[in-house]
Amino acid sequence: MKKWQDNKGWLFILPVFLIVAFSAIIPLMTVVNYSIQDIFGPGQRIFVGTEWFKETLTDPRLHEALWRQLLFSGLVLLIEMPLGIAIALTMPTKKGLGASLCLVLVALPLLIPWNVIGTIWIIFTRPDIGLMGALINNMGISFDHTASGLHAWITLMLMEVWHWTPLVILLAYAGLRSIPEAYYQAARIDGASAWAIFKYIQLPKMRGVLTIALLLRFMDSFLIYAEPFVLTGGGPGNATTFLSIYLVKIAVGQFDLGPAGAFSLIYFLIVLLFCYLFYQVLLNVGKGEAS
Amino acid sequence: MKKRYIILAAYLVLIMLPIYWMLNMSLRTNADIMAQLVFIPTDITFANYTKIFTDASWYSGYINSIIYVVLNTIICLVTALPAAYAFSRYSFIGDKHVFFWLLTNRMAPAAVFLLPFFQLYSTFNLIDTHIAVALAHCLFNLPLTVWILEGFISGVPREIDETAFIDGYKFPRFFFFVFIPLIRSGIGVAAFFCFMFSWVELLFARTLTTTAAKPIAAIMTRTVSASGLDWGLLAAAGILTIVPGALVIWFVRNYLAKGFALGRV
Repeated sequence: MKKWQDNKGWLFILPVFLIVAFSAIIPLMTVVNYSIQDIFGPGQRIFVGTEWFKETLTDPRLHEALWRQLLFSGLVLLIEMPLGIAIALTMPTKKGLGASLCLVLVALPLLIPWNVIGTIWIIFTRPDIGLMGALINNMGISFDHTASGLHAWITLMLMEVWHWTPLVILLAYAGLRSIPEAYYQAARIDGASAWAIFKYIQLPKMRGVLTIALLLRFMDSFLIYAEPFVLTGGGPGNATTFLSIYLVKIAVGQFDLGPAGAFSLIYFLIVLLFCYLFYQVLLNVGKGEAS
Repeated sequence: MKKRYIILAAYLVLIMLPIYWMLNMSLRTNADIMAQLVFIPTDITFANYTKIFTDASWYSGYINSIIYVVLNTIICLVTALPAAYAFSRYSFIGDKHVFFWLLTNRMAPAAVFLLPFFQLYSTFNLIDTHIAVALAHCLFNLPLTVWILEGFISGVPREIDETAFIDGYKFPRFFFFVFIPLIRSGIGVAAFFCFMFSWVELLFARTLTTTAAKPIAAIMTRTVSASGLDWGLLAAAGILTIVPGALVIWFVRNYLAKGFALGRV
């Protein structure tokens, strides 16, 4: 769509600009401030240059948290994307009460506050009162996410898949619904198999929405905080200490402003990079065949 | 054809199981919960819910949450509407950069902003007020609202604006009486997503409040970390936080994908 060339647009976006600037630029400047100074107290600070950055970049616990984070995000994508597409394919295609009910039920986990998600899964997996925990323990396998790092990971992955696969389903389903009936009719005349329909019609048509889903899921799992905080608190040990949890530990728990500031900036830059990728994808969706 | 519905039904049952288990817990006393595992509770009690609705330290959490969520939604809608219109209709210096910059804030790690926010709001003496949380949530909700509304507004052809101006409409009259009714479903969807993302957020809401504006999420996490848990009460509190979303979701069911994809699907 052609747009009017007019700088009065700035007048319209000014309120948004001011509010977001207030809550984004000032805090970011504060973080920069932390990252290059050693702050002892009010008025007592010395300039330390890049020292905090060096310390942060060589911090082995940060490296561990980063690898843990990447492993977590990677596993999440590997499980959620195929599962989401598969479930979307089983949803009713015709509009109607059935389709609406399915949509609502599928989307329900997305609307639950993140801390309650953690609570639900504590209640569900505890060996004494949880349905899942008790069932597994009754089978003779001892399962306790507060004691074993592996069990904590399994519980977290289950929770994450349970919580966010609906997003992939919703997006894939929206992509499927936008495919005209004529495509399927043509495929039926050609005697195409279900797999051929999926490969040559459905998957290409879903490419745009699936890219969005992939990037959204990556970003959000990369920033995960509340659910593991409630469920495991980063433990046992450091087994589930992801980047955000580690950052909050440094910043609020130990009050190490310098390292926290440097860490924050590095974290923010990584996110910015993916954000740019995401932006390019979003702008191009709807221009090609994917809509 | 039959097989796929079995898979779908199995998935839906698995999805509902943890939620059902929490509902189950919320209807039983703590002693009963600890004593035995029952799939269908026999002696149902509403004592947990009664306690939440009568104990101020519990129900004030819901009121506080609702206050800042509503504040946040109002701020977002009022400021984002003109901005989304401008991004959709005008091209001006730096428009693409600002649009991208907004997106980066939707994606920014909340943990990065935690400490600076605390300092910033302390400076303005806003700690433990509803407006502080509402403003903090604007960090991600305002960009989201602008993007969603821009998606909806771009679906309205520009000829409508031009025709209205030729017909002699002044801009404010056009905007409020012609344009806003045209995109009312978009506004509804944006409001829903504002409400939701503000409602589910924990980190800012917990850090920026101490007592007077403490949200239900913070009250629940505090209870979790305390020793001697009352599981039934905790479960009942959790069930009550799901209710608002479950009530509204029916009305936005066909727009959920569009909202999550920032208005681009």
